[in-house]
Parts: sequence; structure tokens; C-alpha cells
Amino acid sequence: MSILINKDTKVIVQGITGRDGAFHASKMKAYGTNIVGGISPGKGGMEVEGVPVFNTVEDAVKATGANASVIFVPAPFAGDAILEASYAGVDLVVCITEGVPVQDMIKVTPILKQNNTKLIGANCPGLITVDECLIGILPGMIFKKGNVGLISRSGTLTYEVVNMLTESGLGQTTCVGIGGDSVSGLYFIDLLERYENDPETKAVVLIGEIGGDAEEQAARFIKEKMTKPVVAFIAGQSAPPGKRMGHAGAIISSGSGTAEEKIKAFAEAGVPVAKEPSEIPGLVKEKLGL
Amino acid sequence: MKIHEYQARNLFQKYGIPVPDGFVCHSVDEVKKKVGEDDKLRVVKAQVHVGGRGKAGGVKLAHTKAEAIEHAEKILGMNIKGLTVDKVMIADAVDIEKEFYVGLINDRNTKSVTLMASSEGGVEIEEVAKVSPEKIIRMPIDPTMGLMDWQARKVALQLFSDPKEVRQAAAILVKLYQLYVDTDASLAEINPLVLTPDKKVIAIDGKMNFDDNALYRQAEILAMREVNDDEKKEIEANAKGLSYIKLDGNIGCMVNGAGLAMATMDMIKLYGGEPANFLDIGGSSNPEKVVEAMNILLGDKNVTAVMINIFGGITRCDDVARGLVVALDQIKTEIPIVIRLSGTNAKEGLEIVKTTGLPTVETMSEAAKKAIELSKK
Repeated sequence: MSILINKDTKVIVQGITGRDGAFHASKMKAYGTNIVGGISPGKGGMEVEGVPVFNTVEDAVKATGANASVIFVPAPFAGDAILEASYAGVDLVVCITEGVPVQDMIKVTPILKQNNTKLIGANCPGLITVDECLIGILPGMIFKKGNVGLISRSGTLTYEVVNMLTESGLGQTTCVGIGGDSVSGLYFIDLLERYENDPETKAVVLIGEIGGDAEEQAARFIKEKMTKPVVAFIAGQSAPPGKRMGHAGAIISSGSGTAEEKIKAFAEAGVPVAKEPSEIPGLVKEKLGL
Repeated sequence: MKIHEYQARNLFQKYGIPVPDGFVCHSVDEVKKKVGEDDKLRVVKAQVHVGGRGKAGGVKLAHTKAEAIEHAEKILGMNIKGLTVDKVMIADAVDIEKEFYVGLINDRNTKSVTLMASSEGGVEIEEVAKVSPEKIIRMPIDPTMGLMDWQARKVALQLFSDPKEVRQAAAILVKLYQLYVDTDASLAEINPLVLTPDKKVIAIDGKMNFDDNALYRQAEILAMREVNDDEKKEIEANAKGLSYIKLDGNIGCMVNGAGLAMATMDMIKLYGGEPANFLDIGGSSNPEKVVEAMNILLGDKNVTAVMINIFGGITRCDDVARGLVVALDQIKTEIPIVIRLSGTNAKEGLEIVKTTGLPTVETMSEAAKKAIELSKK
């Protein structure tokens, strides 16, 4: 078991003929992901990295039965690419593209709901169910099969933490990078709920950031609904208000979205918050009684 | 991206939102030329990208032309929260019977544009939100339909009672929403929206911010951009694929990834140091990027030590290390540098970096401690 994706997930790559799309398609394939097709309008019939290319997502879904899509198209076209996948009936859409305008994401949201499409991102590293399926740009070699789930708003910080978990003997079930934008797809609560229902996941690591109140909402959800232990880390404790720290979502606006409020909310929910990333594996072990 | 009040006012006017007559002046001479000889009551307002102008003395009433000139002389050149005022807006003063707040934001929770309104106008909405959140009306807007008339009316009815006033306010809300989506705004506020004694609804003060990710398709908005020196550096860095924010500390940090860059700053602080910046070089091993990043870091005179924190993912540490060696060879500096490489091929990377003779460490914590120690020498 795992969440969202597994060895049976059939993945298509939107923007497969681009530099990033082609590179990561080959990496995903090498990891063992079942990449069944790529999309590049006007280049249908070609092959990239041994993967057949289609003109539209609909063609690809009809021909391959794909149920997941990963998007590498440039930011001005990413919103449209998400919509195309959603209308073609793709179940899970993962948008890696960075810099997508917020209004585009807002427009996409009700359509995803209407078509019952799950979205991860935009501006995210993707997700992985260890040893089964990798969708996105995560470095597969740092993961190890195990019982810890991980959700994060960040990219490299996620890799850092995964590496620490793996080195300390804590393997992972599914790890999800939900992205650093202010309006995005599935969020902490959507995923915590899935981890709670996944028999294989025994504990969850949540890596949050300053900005917004998703961490506070997650803390309330954990307190009310979760039986499995959660360990958290919040990046940006030293960030000044009003400055956007790289991620569009990581901004403290008018005193809300601060690290202090988030840490306090987690403390109230009984979730230990690591002072620095290297404390995370120890806290997980403590919670699991290892 | 932020714009000035007068620029927001001009956009309001373009969309048919009633605003008082007014104009911007860049010098006292311009004020002398533009202000009429009548004794109309006017307001002279500093134009800077921060709030709290009134409290800082940047907003003054003028009963005569002479008074307007006098105020402009004082306000131009004034320092408000670290920013120098280089222009003022002079607008006709409006008699106020009642003040309201209306605003639009991108709401992370509803994943929509949300209209907010309150009968507590003229004060900061964040204050109202803290003290009496029940006084803020919220209306999420369906992006496929836009702000529907009934929604605008429903909100206006909670602020005004007279049907004529409700109609005026509702029309303003619909126009404000249209402006908001047309310009890819991330914030549009009218504060205060006022009711005059002769029952006119007018936007007295406005504020708009815009989504940086959408500026590529907003040429008219982009043309309004004005930046201070710190922001200039940040924008230059951005153009080179780096994400840089200057802070006040002395330990320069160079990191790959925004989350890791924030965590690195936090760690420096945790061990008693002060980070000089946020700097994300992205996922590349390109030596030129490292050189650019180092130049930015060393250009900050407060920096007394540099911490380079790289986690190799898809990009391998040995590739990054080669980039670092090339870059560091070009940069001649006395400032101590600590390098930490971890992740994919970290061992090989560290071996390569050792040839530079610079101190290398394996963990973030060690790197932070070492950088703080060296910064004090």
C-alpha cells in the first residue's frame, strides 16, 4: 500500500520534447515508473526516450489508459496543460512548472473539482512511492522503502530530510512535494487523511514553511482526526515580514503566517517540531518507540 | 509588485470607479505650477511603498495653495520607514459622512479571489481582523462567473442602507473585480471607500499589488514598477536565475532550493549568528551562476563569512563541486568560506572541493557553527 501512486500507475509526460521533460522522462523511466506516453502538440508519432509521443492528452489516454500526468510545459501554458489533462479524464495531475500565474491556478480549481481530478503543485518536485513509481524531479536514489510518509512545501529541503531519514534507517512509503505556491492542488490535510488510511504508513513527517495558515489547519486536523504520529519542521523562522522567500507562498503578510504561530499550533496538537532538520529522524523514532 | 496610490487611483479612474480629482508632483516647483489659486481644501499625500504614511506625517490637509506648497516642501525628501519620499499626490479633499473598507485578495484557502468588506473603514484591515473579525464580510468569487451582481449587491447591502448608495457601491465592487482580474492583481484595496454628505460613494485611497509570475503578460503594469536599491539587486539576481533577498546580518549564505535556503538562515540564527541574506541558486551546477552568486554575496559589505550549503539531488555533488572550484578560482577574497555538500555523490564532491583548501563539512549544523566561528575572526 501507499498513497496516490503505485506500481500500476500509468504516467504520461506533458512537454516531453522539451529539455526538462525529456531529461526527467528518462530519469523516471530509469527509476521504474511506468511512463506510457508523452505529449507535444504537432509531434505526435515521434518517440522520445523510447516513449511514444501524442498530439493531445486525450489521444494518449485513449491509446495507453494513462491515469497520471506530469507537466513540464513553460509557465504561461501550464494552466492550460492542467485543464487538458483534467478534461481527458486523467486522475492525478502533477505540475512541476514554476512561476504559474495565480489567476491561472484559480481558474483551474473549479474545473478540477468538476472533473474530479487530483492536482499536485504547481511549482513542486513531484511525488514518489518508493521502489514503485516516481513522478517528477525527485532524486530516486536517496529514498528507501519503509513506513514513514512525508509531505513538504519544499524541494531540496525535502531531499535533505529524506536523506537523513534513510541514513538513520527510516524508510518511506510515499513522499509528496506539494509545492511552494500560494494557490495549489492537494494540500496537507488532503494528504494527511490519505496517510491516516494507508495501513503501511506508521508515521508522517510534515515540512512546512512560513506564509498562509495550512500548517495551523493541518495541526487542527491532526489533533481531531489522526491516530498516527506526525513530526513537523517549519522553514523560515528567521525570515522578515513582507519578503517573499523564493517560493511565492513563503511570505509573512501583516503578522500572519509566522513560524511562531505554526509551531504553537503544532505544539497544541501534540506534534513535536524539530528545531533543525537533523532532529527529525530522532523525533520520528521516539514517536514510533524505536 | 507594488504600485503607488496615485497609480492605483489612475487605474480606478480608468475602470470608472469614482475618485477625487488629483495629480502627482515630483517637486515643489511642480506643485507651484499645478495647484490652482483657489482656496479649495486639498490633501497632500506622500507616495511611498509602505503603510502608515499618516502617522509618519506624510499626509497633510492644505487650505490654500501656499499651504499645499509648504506641506510638499516638508513631505518631499521625508524618510518614511527607511524610504525617501520623492513624489506627492495632491487631491481634492472630500467631506466624509462614513468610511468603509473593500478589498480583493487571492485566498489560499478557498483557492479563489475573495471580496472582503467592512464598515470599519480608514483603519488597517489587519487590525480589524485581529480585534473584531466578525466585522469583516467575506465573499469568495467563482472564477468562471466572476463577481456576480447579486454578490456585489449582497455585500453592498451590508454596508449601506439607502438603495441609491447600495447601487453605487455594488457597481464599484464589480468594476474593482474586473480591474483585479484584468491586471493579474494579488491585492486591490479601497480604504477608505467613503460616503459623502451629498450621498456619493467615492474611493479616497487605494492600494494594489500584482502577481510577479504574471508580469510577463502585464506590460502596462510592469511599466509602473519603481524599485529601491535593495529591490534592484533582487531583480538583477532574478534575471540571472538567482533568488536573492538582502537581510541585515553578516553571514552570507548560498544554497540550492528555497526551502533549504530558509532552513539554512534559520540554522545560522539558531546557533547565534545572523544571516546576511536569502540566496537560492536553483538546481544547477553552472559555475557562472556560482560566480554571480558569490559576487552578490561579497558585494554586501556586512558579510564577514560565507556558508555554501548544497544538497545534491538530480544535480550531482561532484558536478556542483567542479562548478564551485572554477568559480572560487575566479573570485579572490579574504572572506572565509565554508562549504557543505551532501546528497548524491557528496564524497566525490568533497574530495574535489578539498583542492581549494577551503574548509568542508558534512552537515548543515556543522557548516553553520563553522561559519559563525570564522565570521568572528
